[in-house]
Amino acid sequence: MTHDPSGAAARAERASDGAVVVDLAQTSVRDLNHRLHRLTVQSNERLWRVLNAAGKHALAVGLNQPIEVVVIGHTGYFSGGMNQAATLTIEGHAGPGVAENMMSGVVRVRGNASASAGASGRGGLLVIEGDAASRCGISMKGIDIVVGGSVGHMAAFLGQAGRLVVCGDAGDDLGDSIYEAAIYVGGKVGRLGADCIEKPMTPAHRAALEALLKQAAIEHDPAAFRRFGSARKLYHYHVDNADAYA
Amino acid sequence: MCGIVGLFLKSDRLERELGRHLSAMLVEMTDRGPDSAGIALYGRPLGAADAKLTLYHRRRDHDWPALGAELGAALGARIAIDAKGNAAVVTLPATQLDPARAWLKRHKPDVFVTSWGAAVEIYKDMGLPKDVVDRYRLGAAHGTHGIGHTRMATESAVTTEHSHPFAAAADICLVHNGSLSNHNRLRRWLERHGQSFESDNDTEVAARYFAFRLNEGATLKEAFEAGLKDLDGFYTFAIGTRDGFAVMRDSFACKPAVMAETDDWVAMGSEFRALAALPGIADASIWEPAPEIVYSWTRS
Repeated sequence: MTHDPSGAAARAERASDGAVVVDLAQTSVRDLNHRLHRLTVQSNERLWRVLNAAGKHALAVGLNQPIEVVVIGHTGYFSGGMNQAATLTIEGHAGPGVAENMMSGVVRVRGNASASAGASGRGGLLVIEGDAASRCGISMKGIDIVVGGSVGHMAAFLGQAGRLVVCGDAGDDLGDSIYEAAIYVGGKVGRLGADCIEKPMTPAHRAALEALLKQAAIEHDPAAFRRFGSARKLYHYHVDNADAYA
Repeated sequence: MCGIVGLFLKSDRLERELGRHLSAMLVEMTDRGPDSAGIALYGRPLGAADAKLTLYHRRRDHDWPALGAELGAALGARIAIDAKGNAAVVTLPATQLDPARAWLKRHKPDVFVTSWGAAVEIYKDMGLPKDVVDRYRLGAAHGTHGIGHTRMATESAVTTEHSHPFAAAADICLVHNGSLSNHNRLRRWLERHGQSFESDNDTEVAARYFAFRLNEGATLKEAFEAGLKDLDGFYTFAIGTRDGFAVMRDSFACKPAVMAETDDWVAMGSEFRALAALPGIADASIWEPAPEIVYSWTRS
């Protein structure tokens, strides 16, 4: 499909709820993203519905207006990446790197997410209603991630800031080489990663977790969670840890 | 990069459409591997007395009937040869399979044996997946299951010999997305244990490794589980056997894989879009295979 910079040829129409409907069986991803990027604060196209995602990559990336985008179908790599302010809902499963490097706004996956969900995210909220695969929240830098199901191995690897909430189980090497991200797990926890330890759950933590679950619209008893974080022994240089730096 | 796909039919209902669906899955993975492509097609196995070989020659106009006549005379056996693109399928008595491979190796070094067994035919070649599919008329193929690969070469040359699927043993082959880091050491070790190699490709080492374990008497499951210990590196493998299909990933699972299953079929792809056009996909159960688990299905 050829790139159409004006977007004029993009076959979009308004649904009865006012949504702009874009069918990716008819329109290229590039045209969709271009139309979304051209929106300004004055634009009245605030609700978008994207059909036939069919595993395509980079859907609705780099959004920077407080609009709402609903993608119907399963997505490929990097959907919702670099999101600012927008609310993206994926009515299906998400491929690798969903909401990677998100800055703000909300990305919600109704199904499962593949590897590296929320990677390097700086802010905003990523909600995965199903399970997330390996390396969920890798190198997270301030994003909040709430997973309704379980996560695979190496969740929050190198996590620097933000919160990862897992209502189900967490796989091995949880929080490996973690800096200051906070992890809450409601189910079973596999082997902890290097320098990740369990920490006490105070009333303040529980209240904050309750608020986050509410914000994410995920129902789970806040009292069921355990908290994990950094022992802070790895990232402060200590000669006794020289072997671990190699 | 590379893309891999697999489709295993649970019933005979879609057997006439196997090639069409598998080809579409392969072409969808073109972005992941535009250098070369290949498909292993499994049909109904021949009777116990018969076997087949798939051969490849780099010249499209290779004289296959002449080769067939020469091979038949050398073996003193009735054989049939059916040319397709740069490939040909030789059907021969099962007892002549090993002598035929030995004769070809000795007398026809320019002929490359891509597969052997009772059910499998492997077609692989350089070029875009669509061109390979058209050249070998894979869209029209019938069968019970198959695996495919689109290659973006990272560690060895772009040739047909280096492309996937790699035959490991009779009716056993595999496709690989990833790279093995201990393949040189493992190749030397396998060579010392009697395995011979057609290329310096890392995936061929994995194929020969499984062949070696099976030859030792391991079951398929045991061979794959031994592979999880002995193969170092990154891999998602899809593996075909005479009546089965398996998928496994290394402990890091950083090479992508998505699986889907309905009452009619099981499919895997490097990405969901490879599966998006399969019949009944909207109601399929879809999941990501976990690391270090051998997922397998057998046709009953």
